[in-house]
Amino acid sequence: MPRHEPETRPLLLGERARGLPLVVLALLSVGLMVADHRQHHLAVVRQWLSVAAFPFQWAAQAPLAGWAALQERFAMRTRLQAENTRLAADNLALRLRLMRFASLEQENYRLRGARESTARIVQRSLIAEIVRADLDPFRQRVLVNKGTRHGVYLGQAALDAAGIFGQVARVGPVSAEVILISDPAHAIPVQINRTGVRTVAVGTGRSGQLSLPWLPQSADVQVDDLLVSSGLGGVFPPGYPVAQVTRVERDPTRPMLAIDATPLAALDRDPEILLVWFDNVIVEPEPQAEPAPPAAAPAAAAP
Amino acid sequence: MTVARSLSASRVAVLSLAALIASVVPLPAAVGFLRPDFVALLLLWLVLLAPRHSGLVYAWCMGLLLDAFRGVLLGQHALALVLIAWIALRLRLRVRAFPLLQQTAVVFALLWLNEFVVFWIDGVAGQPVTDWMRWLAVPVGAACWPLLARLLERTTSRT
Repeated sequence: MPRHEPETRPLLLGERARGLPLVVLALLSVGLMVADHRQHHLAVVRQWLSVAAFPFQWAAQAPLAGWAALQERFAMRTRLQAENTRLAADNLALRLRLMRFASLEQENYRLRGARESTARIVQRSLIAEIVRADLDPFRQRVLVNKGTRHGVYLGQAALDAAGIFGQVARVGPVSAEVILISDPAHAIPVQINRTGVRTVAVGTGRSGQLSLPWLPQSADVQVDDLLVSSGLGGVFPPGYPVAQVTRVERDPTRPMLAIDATPLAALDRDPEILLVWFDNVIVEPEPQAEPAPPAAAPAAAAP
Repeated sequence: MTVARSLSASRVAVLSLAALIASVVPLPAAVGFLRPDFVALLLLWLVLLAPRHSGLVYAWCMGLLLDAFRGVLLGQHALALVLIAWIALRLRLRVRAFPLLQQTAVVFALLWLNEFVVFWIDGVAGQPVTDWMRWLAVPVGAACWPLLARLLERTTSRT
């Protein structure tokens, strides 16, 4: 049998584009995607991948973090002193407010009766550092350096000093992915603080903007209204600030108002966030207390 | 363009790692969406111009790693990269003889296909990103090609 393959081998450089490997690998990918998306069978695989990926994600931001640390180290003494003074003043002001809140809390407790009292108030929190890795510029997600090993769980609420930040969308042993309230796939049940009207604020994909698409024309909303979490759905603790209304457009040709709001949490500037635990007691409405309790909106939790 | 030779496995590993890290390095939000898909660019370079280390399995593994890095659906980038790697493999001998501009055009088309597959899978999975700006990364990536190809060539020819 004559052999003349040596002539063709170097030209084609070892490997030819055969169809079979493509089909096999493509089917494998599709299988993976279906398993990941539909059945969540791959939780374990994902966890291990997240562990493997984390050092590199961390390494990606290391130069930036190193620069920040260096700046910190050589910070001017005067600047540090000024900062210290400012923080002390802040602390004093906050303590003063807290004193008032203590009495308000007591009063509230008495008014509501002992039932709902202190349930669903944040009891424990964990500071998680944001790893500055760009996951996807069009999705509002961040990676934090705490995971199941630190007790973080799926769907856990994340806050920062000014308001609600987001919730844990995926969790691995040492890292977790937090979906921000401004992600287009996220919705948070809120309440207008001034009137108590309940609705849902959905993300827009831009970090400085939420939208409230489901308020009817008759709803009482004004610019500068504060939106607080309503606690429906059980993901977020109720009563924490979420956003401030910036635009209310009443177009009578449409059934709903067009409302924009700005999140209060510094979504794109936070170096660290708080992951919180709270007693998630769903209080059942008392059957004979009121004939028509205020219509509780269907619990529209985030994804 | 001459063909880069003798690319050791360790060098490919280093380049792959660099590409993966480059795809998540924090950039200012104003330019973050312009970031070219470095993993796809490296893959195309390996497949088109550097012999031996091409391959669909490599493309698939890189795609899977990229999925894990960016926290998206597992297999999404894997499928897209395998697809463009296969097409690039078929066109390889012709593309290598092309002048640079024409080569860049082929790369542009393949990068676009890569982005389109990812976009399409996002849509099927029910979380599409319909912002038109996402497509800007494709021309930016193609524009990077001449420079990147030359740079990669230089790093490998030193051995």
